[in-house]
Amino acid sequence: MKLTLRVWRQKNARADGAMATYEVDGVSPDMSFLEMLDVLNERLALDGEDPVAFDHDCREGICGACSLVINGDAHGPERTTTCQLHMRSFRDGDTIDVEPWRAAAFPVVKDLVVDRSALDRIIQAGGYVTAPTGSAPEAHATPVPKPVADQAFEHAECIGCGACVAACPNGAAMLFTSAKVNHLNVLPQGAPERETRVLDMVAQMDGEGFGGCTLTGECATACPKGIPLTSITRMNREWLRATRKASDR
Amino acid sequence: MTSYADYTTGEPVTDTKAPDGPIAECWDRRRFEAKLVNPANRRKHTVIVVGTGLAGGSAGATLAEQGYHVVQFCYQDSPRRAHSIAAQGGINAAKNYRNDGDSVHRLFHDTVKGGDFRARESNVHRLAQVSVEIIDQCVAQGVPFAREYGGLLDTRSFGGVQVSRTFYARGQTGQQLLLGAYQALSRQIAAGNVELHPRTEMLDLIVAGGRARGIVARDLVTGAISTHVADAVVLASGGYGNVFRLSTNAMNSNATAIWRAHRRGAHFANPCFTQIHPTCIPRTGDHQSKLTLMSESLRNDGRIWVPRAQGDRRPPNEIPEDERDYYLERIYPAFGNLVPRDIASRAAKNVCDEGRGVGPGGQGVYLDFADAIRRMGRKAVEARYGNLFDMYQRITDEDPYEVPMRIYPAVHYTMGGLWVDYDLQTTIPGLFAIGEANFSDHGANRLGASALMQGLADGYFVLPATVNDYLARNPHQEAVTAEHPAVQEAVAGTEDRLHLLLAVDGDRTPDSFHRELGELMWELCGMARTDAGLRKALERIPQIREEFWRRIKVPGSGEEFNQSLEKANRVVDYLELAELMCLDALHRTESCGGHFREESQTPDGEAARKDDTFSYAAAWEFTATGEAPVLHREDLAFEYVHPTRRSYA
Repeated sequence: MKLTLRVWRQKNARADGAMATYEVDGVSPDMSFLEMLDVLNERLALDGEDPVAFDHDCREGICGACSLVINGDAHGPERTTTCQLHMRSFRDGDTIDVEPWRAAAFPVVKDLVVDRSALDRIIQAGGYVTAPTGSAPEAHATPVPKPVADQAFEHAECIGCGACVAACPNGAAMLFTSAKVNHLNVLPQGAPERETRVLDMVAQMDGEGFGGCTLTGECATACPKGIPLTSITRMNREWLRATRKASDR
Repeated sequence: MTSYADYTTGEPVTDTKAPDGPIAECWDRRRFEAKLVNPANRRKHTVIVVGTGLAGGSAGATLAEQGYHVVQFCYQDSPRRAHSIAAQGGINAAKNYRNDGDSVHRLFHDTVKGGDFRARESNVHRLAQVSVEIIDQCVAQGVPFAREYGGLLDTRSFGGVQVSRTFYARGQTGQQLLLGAYQALSRQIAAGNVELHPRTEMLDLIVAGGRARGIVARDLVTGAISTHVADAVVLASGGYGNVFRLSTNAMNSNATAIWRAHRRGAHFANPCFTQIHPTCIPRTGDHQSKLTLMSESLRNDGRIWVPRAQGDRRPPNEIPEDERDYYLERIYPAFGNLVPRDIASRAAKNVCDEGRGVGPGGQGVYLDFADAIRRMGRKAVEARYGNLFDMYQRITDEDPYEVPMRIYPAVHYTMGGLWVDYDLQTTIPGLFAIGEANFSDHGANRLGASALMQGLADGYFVLPATVNDYLARNPHQEAVTAEHPAVQEAVAGTEDRLHLLLAVDGDRTPDSFHRELGELMWELCGMARTDAGLRKALERIPQIREEFWRRIKVPGSGEEFNQSLEKANRVVDYLELAELMCLDALHRTESCGGHFREESQTPDGEAARKDDTFSYAAAWEFTATGEAPVLHREDLAFEYVHPTRRSYA
């Protein structure tokens, strides 16, 4: 396959960026999208040009590092991570646009690499159970009904890639935040901090410059792990409940 | 100059610091004998932790909870992305919830035996003891382990054992455990007890006054070189599987932290003990950048086979039952498809070498779920392995519900690593190594679901106790500032190395050298090793290294985000570590666990250990690049688990 790539190039956070065009030849349908970029980068490096910077690590769809907007879609045309997208999803002669996550809260670091530390700060605000090492009771002391455990797991699958933010027309981080709130709030272990967790995490999210949620649902469509849109409505319910309880005190 | 293979032998290691007395009481005694730092004084002590995987994340969080000032580093943009996240199958613990005869002693026994009697008994016993606390800790953090309908934790059995002691969270156990540690760490970051440096890579260790006192690091965004000083340094930077280039490790996992520590005086133990995992997706072509593991939990229900006849190219569904060779079930009737990883990998290599491999290039065997689907229905298979099947289909474009999976062995884990004593301290006082970065618990072969156990045992429970003791015994250390000669020397060395990489301006990329080295290592120091092959590798590696420094091309500058420079600098260290791996493999003329020397096998092709000669851990001392290292032997005594030939037949 022979492809034309239009790639966002930006030297650093302060520089202006622009799309640059590259031809890539000899692409096999079995290559992953990132392996196709590897081929381009090897050529650029040999020509003494700056290779295209992009985040990637596990290349198994679980670390959440890779983060490309491909032809306008976060992670591209398939419902998966960029690293698990294969070139068989494209056709010979295609022109493909490759851009970084676009969101006010995700400043560009270089080329296709963005700063997603805002997501870490949302977790730091309350996305945990306070259980210092050594303090844990015997694991079977608290049975957790299987449906509850499964529900927690469904939300815990979030890989923190930020595709939900990139896909959202408002640049909101509601799906990311709600996934963690719901993972912990449905479990008995998370119950003691149920209210402070949702209030603190939502406050942090708002403070980071993410947009507001208008329930367009783009986030859940882009999520490679299938976190459902109802996650957001559940978090809203948790937030209202916590707000009411706080005002009752 | 003497040849690299002409190593000399130094003083043996006689004291591992494990307490005397019955093994079951060792850890309690060690904890009791450990000195404590007054809680009010702890915040005055700084501990550096490099890495945020299961070992580093849990250690950083726990040290901070205890009151220490923790300064932590990861090369990823977030600590949540460390490669522990990719572990699929599960975590072992001797809970005996199944009432199937499990116990701490049995987990200890299985781990020593699974490691082919090349691990230190005292460390392994402690690991088994601590395993039960790990599950409690993780459940308290909200880790969503799989549960039964009664609400209690589910378990499954895993490669190489006959009890059901593996706890799991679908096929994402590593992810869920790591998020637990990451969340505990996040809590401490918010509390100001952990100072986190993401996108920052350790490039050298600072040793002052004979003690580890800090690190030199590079900010991967700005390129700035910085120094960080501490009272103790903990390396939790993972293994060195990427020496082979193609492995199941993350693309950026690397050996720089441990190799630089080794160059500074930390002994490197058993570097040739590398694990080749039997169930990976076969490679498709030269563009392959990494290999993907399919959890070996698949072997619980999948059956492994190849055609009986050589060169049988029929599609698998057209090959009748009596023309299939379920070779693991045939050779090892007791364990069948669940034999340990090294045995399963070598068996796959053997049938492929016989010309019975399947798929492109004949480098693959079938892992077939047709029987499992018939037995328990598609839904049940989906519930257990759905995400793995999806992943397989995405990568190969084949539907494993309809067509058997194709798998082939790939480099997955490294049992070797920095030598540590019972306290997980290296030969440099104040430098600790935990998780895959050390060599301590798995001997010559790691059992499935034991890496997560070891990472968390080290980080949550063992290291915090032993670091406490170290700091209590070394309270008044000399001040080390930026002007200290040890700091200046380490910074200058790092800067020189980076400048040189940028200055050569040759005609080959870092990846081309990595590829050449990796192919050489896979061929000559992979699943089967020979004297001639290893000698050939030892001849080639210095030549590749010489060529590297003549022809390397790194575009851009050091004062910016430069992924080529990062890669080139890692390859520099692979080119030295690879040589030590080959030497270690050459000197160990026995076969054991993941180390298979063709010269040392039984008539039926199984690994033949030589306990009289090689019942020791080989701890190597660095001398100079390309110069013969010094071997220090730590003799292994087996008081509780008596060495037998492993038999899984």
